[in-house]
Amino acid sequence: MSGMTDFLENLGARVTGAVHRLGFASRFLLLTLRNSGLCFRRFSLVVREMYFAGVLSLIIILVSGLFVGMVLGLQGYDTLVRYGSSSALGVLVALSLVRELGPVVAGLLFASRAGSAITAEIGLMKVTEQLAAMEMMAVDPISRVIAPRFWAGVISMPLLAAMFSAMGVFGGYLVGVRMIGVDEGSFWSQMQAAVDFQEDILNGVIKSVVFGVAVSWIAVFEGYDAPPTAEGVSRATTRTVVTSSLTILALDFMLTAFMFRGD
Amino acid sequence: MMKRKALDLWVGVFVAIGLGALLFLALKVGDLASYSTTETYLVMANFDNIGGLKKRAPVKSAGVVVGRVENIGFDTETYEATVALSIDKRYEFPRDTSAKILTAGLLGEQYVGLAAGGDTAKLKSGDKLKITQSAVVLENLISQFLFNKAAEGTKDGK
Repeated sequence: MSGMTDFLENLGARVTGAVHRLGFASRFLLLTLRNSGLCFRRFSLVVREMYFAGVLSLIIILVSGLFVGMVLGLQGYDTLVRYGSSSALGVLVALSLVRELGPVVAGLLFASRAGSAITAEIGLMKVTEQLAAMEMMAVDPISRVIAPRFWAGVISMPLLAAMFSAMGVFGGYLVGVRMIGVDEGSFWSQMQAAVDFQEDILNGVIKSVVFGVAVSWIAVFEGYDAPPTAEGVSRATTRTVVTSSLTILALDFMLTAFMFRGD
Repeated sequence: MMKRKALDLWVGVFVAIGLGALLFLALKVGDLASYSTTETYLVMANFDNIGGLKKRAPVKSAGVVVGRVENIGFDTETYEATVALSIDKRYEFPRDTSAKILTAGLLGEQYVGLAAGGDTAKLKSGDKLKITQSAVVLENLISQFLFNKAAEGTKDGK
């Protein structure tokens, strides 16, 4: 009987803990948004963080996009040729990249490349008491440290996703047209006929903006909330990657279901 | 610590590549330039049955895309489907043009086919196409075929 009560007690503690953390994270996001004034007045703060979040993620995003596109070209051709419609390869590559793979894979890469770095940096600032020192000097760490990193992530993510998709389409073109020999004209023209600007491209961009907000939010929050020990920072970094990956996949399902027209 | 200028330059390059990628997706992949800038006029057509026609389906004449299906409605007085076609301003059609609902390939998507008539007056915005032909519904075809077969059978039996 006591085993049962223990179990229920444990479950209750976990749920209240999770709700408590979520509430804390939401208030933290509100606080970040409210204290964002400084980083738009001094935009160089955001530019500096965009260098670390965006420019340093360029290589991994471009290379992954190219390879994902090339694999899509090979696999898509293999399937389409069975139905005698290999000329629709461009449609397959472009739609899967623009609608799903671009935002999602770029988001996952962004979370592990930039999100983890943001968390580790903020966590270490906390360990070495830099955040406390800032407060001592009457500098608000939220508006000086947190908000610029948050906005840099939000701005960088859609750009990275667009680069990923564009690079993937180029990879699909390389493999499909240059290597296998699908007709170049039908590759592009069928793609252009099937891809709708609003339904496909704009929805993909909306997805990447949402993922950017989610990943940046999780990364700065985990860093700010990390216990000020070496172990605490390492755990927070891991949690950033795990939580943001799961969040991206769950949000992607919700957004896709929301944008799905069904006709 | 990197110099401020070099940092700004790199971020500038990053943003430029990102915007370039977006532009590439919009223009080359989505072909935004081809259909949002052209002016169109609206023509109505009533059909007994539109089959699986959808909004934004192409309107073709002689196989060339000349417009898109703008809207599909239902007329509660005649119990017919009313289809609004937005046609590119560059293409003018005679007043007695007829519209047909056709299928691309055996299982492909459905589109509206326009066949020009001989009238000298041109279609204007808001005009209605008088001659229309409904979509071919496969079930009706099959039941017609079976019915004919059955009729033949009874004739032979006599």
